[in-house]
Amino acid sequence: MGASWGGLNAYTQILSALPSRFPAAILLVQHQHASAENRLPWLLARYCALPVIAPEDKEVILPGHVYVAPPGYHMLVNEDETLAFSVGRPVHFSRPAVDELFFSAGAVYGRHLAAVILTGANEDGAAGIEYIHRRGGYTIAQSSVSAEAPTMPESAVKTGAVSRVLDLEAIGPFLAEKVAG
Amino acid sequence: MAEHLPITDEDIDVEDIEIRLLLEAIFQMYGYDFRSYSKASLRRRVLHRLTMSGLSSIMEMTDKVLRDRPFFVTLLNDLTVNVTEMYRDPEFYRAFREDVVPVLKTFPFIKIWHAGCSTGEEIYSMAILLEEEGLYDRAMIYATDIDKNVLAAAKKGIYSIEAVKQYGDNYRRAGGRHSLSDYFTARYDSVIMDQRLKRNIVFADHDLATDQVFGEMHVILCRNVLIYFDRALQGRVIRLFSESLDLGGYLCLGTKESLRFTGEEEAFDVINTSLRIFRKRQLQHLQ
Repeated sequence: MGASWGGLNAYTQILSALPSRFPAAILLVQHQHASAENRLPWLLARYCALPVIAPEDKEVILPGHVYVAPPGYHMLVNEDETLAFSVGRPVHFSRPAVDELFFSAGAVYGRHLAAVILTGANEDGAAGIEYIHRRGGYTIAQSSVSAEAPTMPESAVKTGAVSRVLDLEAIGPFLAEKVAG
Repeated sequence: MAEHLPITDEDIDVEDIEIRLLLEAIFQMYGYDFRSYSKASLRRRVLHRLTMSGLSSIMEMTDKVLRDRPFFVTLLNDLTVNVTEMYRDPEFYRAFREDVVPVLKTFPFIKIWHAGCSTGEEIYSMAILLEEEGLYDRAMIYATDIDKNVLAAAKKGIYSIEAVKQYGDNYRRAGGRHSLSDYFTARYDSVIMDQRLKRNIVFADHDLATDQVFGEMHVILCRNVLIYFDRALQGRVIRLFSESLDLGGYLCLGTKESLRFTGEEEAFDVINTSLRIFRKRQLQHLQ
């Protein structure tokens, strides 16, 4: 999942709708300034029945866990299903960037992946959504009307690669039903 | 949809083989060894360069790398990720002042190895810190990197004035005692670091993947380099650091890097958990 402006609210809504026996791993990117304190995992954990992790390099991705990209680092997926980090150039002025996560996860997981692009004020994630779609993954965008900043989900929709557009309050229950149900 | 041609698992396998062949070509031709680098971000950087170059495949890029040295230098710069800043993670430098400097003050001479120093911003950060702590005259900083081009830039110590403006804030948060502008001279739109800061820095090229121990250090800094290595290479490098450190010497890693998966956790005590400062164990406890 990827979000920028308005992401905290979006993530709390989605994560609070997931059951504690949710069987998939969740990787999420929230655009943050590099000098931001890494409080997001702690904040999200209060709304989420699943363990929320501030991951380290080479952390093993486990089902039923939520992994939050740290400020100042791109978070990627290695082929052995561990997490990788990079301080390479910002993408769309962002580090972490949604595209970095989406491209790497798309390569590794292919059709076993669902990607969600949420509220945000730039185009990060759109190219990644297209890539995941081409890899056979399922792609979801938050609806413009339910997004605090619609540019990010709209850019993804414009690629023609979004499988499903959903209002914010419907995304959590949809994932709970499709993945856990 | 025609514009969304599927990318199959086989396509990904082919891409992986092409990348391995590219890395083999780089190693055979130029001696730089990226074969044990972590795949995910390496792959992103190769594909980024592919898009930028307008070449049609990684195989074509491999061919170009073999015949076109300037192109290789560009790719090398992509692969080694030379993104750095002065006092990157200011809290780390503050912790270094508080946790490590008091111990260094008891040493007659201090040898520091900064592995993966890139364009040198963090080298000058450390030199200034040691100067302010009254330690620099008995210190020697060994600044190494795999890439000779960035070492040349590090040696020059010339940075853009725009960038340096942002470092002032880092410097203050890192516990800087004066003003960062005391340590450079501005010229047009760039700054040059004070020549005196270079008096105890030795620059050398060193490849962590292939080169050997760099002797008897009191401090090794290697921050945000290991994240690009696979586990096996991380293990090799941590052993190399362990062998290069004096007993009681300090190892400083990037904030997402850990000894957890390297099999070398036992050799070190943790001095600062979140800022990744470790200390090589003094003596094995007798049973």
